[in-house]
Amino acid sequence: MSDIITAACLVGGALFALAAAIGLLRLPDVFIRMHAATKAGTLGVGLIMAAVAAHFGETGVITRAIAGIAFLIITAPVAAHLIGRAAYREGVPMWTGTVLDEWRQHAETHPDPELSAAAASEGASNMGRNGR
Amino acid sequence: MIEPDVFATGLVGWAALIAFLLLLAAMVLAFVRIAIGPSFADRVVGVDLLTILLVAICGVYAIKTDEAAFLDIAISLALVAFLGTVALARYAGRRRSIPTGDDHTVAR
Repeated sequence: MSDIITAACLVGGALFALAAAIGLLRLPDVFIRMHAATKAGTLGVGLIMAAVAAHFGETGVITRAIAGIAFLIITAPVAAHLIGRAAYREGVPMWTGTVLDEWRQHAETHPDPELSAAAASEGASNMGRNGR
Repeated sequence: MIEPDVFATGLVGWAALIAFLLLLAAMVLAFVRIAIGPSFADRVVGVDLLTILLVAICGVYAIKTDEAAFLDIAISLALVAFLGTVALARYAGRRRSIPTGDDHTVAR
């Protein structure tokens, strides 16, 4: 029984990891690619850690596997947030199908000194690239 | 000399072999994204996914070899991956402040 659970979690986790990589390769801009890599990648590794816990079935291994899953769930959104903020401030062009940019609207009404310095130099060229 | 049971002992062995192949394909795709970019942030996301896939491979290898110590390696690799991603993201965010004359030569 535990063999079946282990095998299912292994193959399922690897499939989710492959889906993350396919999304990373095929999706249209940085922010959407990040969404695929972070969420599907975390789920894939979490399933594989669950497979390790089911395979060994010892208290120490299960505890370490749960600690690993918890660590990944805590750190993945932090890393994705930092990359996304850096990409936005760098002025990486968004996908042409993007319909909402709340940070830009927010920055227009509540100017943040650090961001508006970047937006002042970036605004015109960014608008041109996104308007394609 | 290769042991006859290095690959695929029973159901779990076959599942581990399939998982290795799928993760290998995923790593190839992540490498392609790192190679073609186009922006620095794309490459950072690619490196992040690559290290997460390495953590997954450590987990599969722990099952394959029946050696729980690889789980510790996976956890410490996840820690290093997080620190590396944070460092690269901070670097990407601060690069623009370097005065180069032309804004876009550094940022791309």
